[in-house]
Amino acid sequence: MTSTLDVERKHPSAVDDKTRSLLLGRPHKHNGAMWLTASVVLVTVLLVAYSLVTNQRYEWDVAFSWFTSERLFTGLLRTLGLTAISMVVGIVVGVCLALARLAPNTIVAGVAAFLVWFFRGVPVFVQLLFWGFIAAIYPRIEIGVPFGPEFFSVDANSLITPFVAAVLGLGLNEGAYMSEIVRAGLLSVNRGQTEAATALGMRRSAILFRIILPQAMKVIVPPTGNQTISMLKTTSLVSVLAFPELLYSAQLVYSANFKTIPLLIAASMWYLLVTSVLSLGQYFIERHYNRGTATAGRVNTRADRRRIKSATATTTSSEEGQP
Amino acid sequence: MNDVMIEARGVTKNFGDLQVLKGIDLVIPQGSVTCIIGPSGSGKSTFLRCINQLESLDGGYIVVQGEPVGVKIKNDRLHMKSHAESAKMRENIGMVFQSFNLFPHMTVLQNICEAPVRVKRKNPKKVRERALELLERVGLSAKADSYPSSLSGGQQQRVAIARALAMEPSLMLFDEPTSALDPELVGEVLDVMRGLARAGMTMIVVTHEIGFAREVGDHLIFMDGGGIIEQGDPRTVLQDPQHERTKQFLAKVI
Repeated sequence: MTSTLDVERKHPSAVDDKTRSLLLGRPHKHNGAMWLTASVVLVTVLLVAYSLVTNQRYEWDVAFSWFTSERLFTGLLRTLGLTAISMVVGIVVGVCLALARLAPNTIVAGVAAFLVWFFRGVPVFVQLLFWGFIAAIYPRIEIGVPFGPEFFSVDANSLITPFVAAVLGLGLNEGAYMSEIVRAGLLSVNRGQTEAATALGMRRSAILFRIILPQAMKVIVPPTGNQTISMLKTTSLVSVLAFPELLYSAQLVYSANFKTIPLLIAASMWYLLVTSVLSLGQYFIERHYNRGTATAGRVNTRADRRRIKSATATTTSSEEGQP
Repeated sequence: MNDVMIEARGVTKNFGDLQVLKGIDLVIPQGSVTCIIGPSGSGKSTFLRCINQLESLDGGYIVVQGEPVGVKIKNDRLHMKSHAESAKMRENIGMVFQSFNLFPHMTVLQNICEAPVRVKRKNPKKVRERALELLERVGLSAKADSYPSSLSGGQQQRVAIARALAMEPSLMLFDEPTSALDPELVGEVLDVMRGLARAGMTMIVVTHEIGFAREVGDHLIFMDGGGIIEQGDPRTVLQDPQHERTKQFLAKVI
């Protein structure tokens, strides 16, 4: 075996001694531009913060007192309820549309594709207005045999309340987006999984619910979390239907006391608070669905991440240490 | 019922314009180990997948234990089987894939117990006991609660064999079970299969392991271009191939 020394003696260095000693060091860092950018950003932030504190027209005290008021809190509860129900409708519709689009029946797949195109293509604000004015198109809603006798009918305005209109508008629009998310999730699962389950004699529904969907969740859950957070904010559009959710509750107050800005701030604080909580929840749900993917079954625990971080840190430092 | 496990007559299969099976005739007796060898694209995997209806036939028929695959006869007419009817038949046919296809979101034990509990509606406690027995048989008792991703390829394939056996099939299909494995892991999987053959399981093995075919196989089939070129006793076929294409293929792989 030849030692490094032997090799060095046989093959002298490709560079002279001075170059070599320079190359063995670390290069100088030029941080000037970084500091300049940082100071510009910092000064801007300070200016905005100064204005937020000193500009009396924000009326922070009024904002905070309305933030904790019962009226806004009731509105918030309605916003949360509307978000939850619309998301459930959206997810159910989305799963159905996704399965329909993947069905071998071309008529079913085609109609599903059309519905997705329609509910994604028309702005959700316009859809909400349509549902709000549904009675103008269908004054009475009838249940009966198609083109035959009717069993009973109801007045559209008493059936489609502002709340029902909101759920329909938000839910169907969400369903169109969710169907794309669910479809991507289903397609992400390896074909071999279906084959293995089929070969074991599993029935179609069992293959879908026990094998495919649980694996698709990993792809479906993160964007669904985003959709939920986005839905929470989209519910504010429902104020146009005069449904007293968070924003409309705030609007009702400021239309009476003219404290417009403080009330918008109070509503915004609630929106920010809830979206932050939802983001945190999403983190834990994602972690749950990632089990089985990492080597030890679970890498997403804090301890594991620390271990990975320290492991990569060691590699980098050992690389740096190499001459 | 007699001792014929599988009878195939004039089996054809097309993928678009390409005919991948050009009339397969075959009889496989119960308790025998049949190895199918041949170059890639020869149709051997496709034929195997036809046996449990993972691929549908375009012509001819396959009968497994007296029951036709994919079709049924009702009132003197031939009908397609529903997915549920085909599923019922597949309960009796175990299959092992080249890429293992374990369910990654389930532990090893859950992988094995899923089908017997959900499909055969067996007592979960008894299934669990049987699963642990099977894991011992494939030498993986310690891995019962591991997720598949933490196992080596060879271990995953042994779990896949245990999973198929948990359904207590009377026929096992192996689709290149060792082709995706690192060379040093091939032996452990072949050992399990050898044990299974010794226990009298009827097996059809699509493989590139000529040594396994010679040692364990009762019957060897050489396929090329969608048809059976030559078949017979493994030792005879391997030592003294009659057909020119068999000779060429064996010269390359041995």
